[in-house]
Amino acid sequence: MVDSKKQWKAWIYLAPAIVLLLVFTVWPIINTIRMALLDGYNGMAAIGGKTFAFGVDNFRAVVEYKGFFTCLRNTILLCVITVPISTLLALLVSAALNSIKFLQKPLQTIFFLPYVTNAIAIGMVFAAMFNMVRTVRVVQTAGIVNNVIEFFGGTAVNWINAGSTYWANMTVLIIYIVWNALPFKILILLGGMQSINKQYYDAAKVDGSSRSRILWRITVPLLSPMIAYVVITGFIAGFKEYTSIVGIFGEKMGPASDAGRLNTMVGYIYDALPSNDYGRASAAALILFGIILIVTLINLYVSKKQVHY
Amino acid sequence: MAERMMKERNLQSVTAKSRLGNGGAKFLTYLFLLVMAVIVLFPFYWMIISSLKTLTEYRLSKPTFFPRTVMFSNYGEAFTTARLGRLFTNTLIVGVVSTLLSLVITVLSAFAFARLEFKGKNILFAALLATMMIPGELFTITNYATVNTFGWLNTYTVLIVPFLVSVFYIYLLRQNFLQIPNELYLAAKVDGTSDLKYLWTVMIPLSLPTLISITILKMMGAWNSYIWPRLVANDAAHQMITNGLRNAFKDAAGEQTNYPVQMAAVALVSAPLFLVYIFLRKYIMKGVSRSGIKG
Repeated sequence: MVDSKKQWKAWIYLAPAIVLLLVFTVWPIINTIRMALLDGYNGMAAIGGKTFAFGVDNFRAVVEYKGFFTCLRNTILLCVITVPISTLLALLVSAALNSIKFLQKPLQTIFFLPYVTNAIAIGMVFAAMFNMVRTVRVVQTAGIVNNVIEFFGGTAVNWINAGSTYWANMTVLIIYIVWNALPFKILILLGGMQSINKQYYDAAKVDGSSRSRILWRITVPLLSPMIAYVVITGFIAGFKEYTSIVGIFGEKMGPASDAGRLNTMVGYIYDALPSNDYGRASAAALILFGIILIVTLINLYVSKKQVHY
Repeated sequence: MAERMMKERNLQSVTAKSRLGNGGAKFLTYLFLLVMAVIVLFPFYWMIISSLKTLTEYRLSKPTFFPRTVMFSNYGEAFTTARLGRLFTNTLIVGVVSTLLSLVITVLSAFAFARLEFKGKNILFAALLATMMIPGELFTITNYATVNTFGWLNTYTVLIVPFLVSVFYIYLLRQNFLQIPNELYLAAKVDGTSDLKYLWTVMIPLSLPTLISITILKMMGAWNSYIWPRLVANDAAHQMITNGLRNAFKDAAGEQTNYPVQMAAVALVSAPLFLVYIFLRKYIMKGVSRSGIKG
């Protein structure tokens, strides 16, 4: 059956993919581990012929380097806050969408729209909405969001400009990230809901169950594999958060008065590249991989206990 | 039969009753959805409205919700300020070339995995899938060093080549190819049709929806890519659209920024994505729901 001529053919078809994967995927995996384990590995110095001792100094350097814990804290906070909010909101929107007929399709189209956008570009729109417009120290417009707050009797908040507080910045980021994360979650959850057997709902109706009871007792348990899926992918994406912050705050990763305050793990890794600090960057990337792996395993473990099939 | 009809009638009367009682719930459901829809759409509305205002109108302490004087000239200014012409061209070159090459590689690999027999096929396929678990940031450091060694910095090559192979697309297309009955392939073999001709005349047309999904996602990926281009090709000649946009308006929360022009630039960058979404929504949603990744 398998003649050698056919074997040859298969490898020829696969050749371009395999060559590219070897260079840009397999080698990086090996090399990242190698660089992380060579003390103080530096790209330029390595080209100059310097050799490096084997050790775990890079990992120590990552932790001791300025801003590491800021990056770690920001990343974890953003993850832990945005994933539950966006999952819950997506669940409510999907359940609402699933229960209506009139306008369902157009609304579905609207809710998916944020997915098809450029994170940097729309981040700039959010920055404009939360921005205070000034001409040299005189506030002219408090920004549309502050206008709305003032309309309802509140006082304007300095969200992102120089002198703004950390939690004001974080609030803007959380709103933007949740706004951005909703479409994918709604798509998956609504798809899951539409494939739930109608008989369950009919039975619940005969029993006279309330809507919220149906949602929490029937929909959510039957949907739990999809919920687990969006939570896991949400955490993975959350730990790689970077471009949303660049979109709103620019590459300074913070308000003008406090650059770098909102930096994340991914930002930390990239900041080490221009100075050829490959050893430290690799160690940081491995730490990030480790965190993602552990969080995913915990998620899988919890969902195994909770997911009803 | 009669029993079933009874049951159905019973069910109908129950639903009718609950429908009456649920009139309020229905109203609340629509209210919730409409409020959410407004929140989702507002940034887009604000982007377009702001892009058409004069700077003075934008700075009014009482915001206007429709521009008093419609300033289409903002778009012209945005186009020149952000050098959008150059950026569009660069992104289009990178997007089209990388999509075409990526499609060829994906089709050939998926065909080998779906139709041909060779030693180690399953192990190789499993190994490919395993690489999907590793976050891209882990590859970036070495790839940055590699392209540096190759002397590829600030070229189109560096934006195209490292991301040509997507294991996920190979997987997606292989699944699609597997659904095409093998008898067709064997019949074609008997007729003496070559593999490539068979691929071209049978398999590709039959899996066109998947290929369209891949094409759209890949193009969107090029359009939205930011991190890699910023690292390796951030010079004026090769800059991609997202990087150019960010660089042209560096100070996001600046005091002197001409916001209407900035919003016009943002709208111009977003427009192609919206057009693709309007016309090819089906393929995007199908591709995304199976992948969960951007681009």
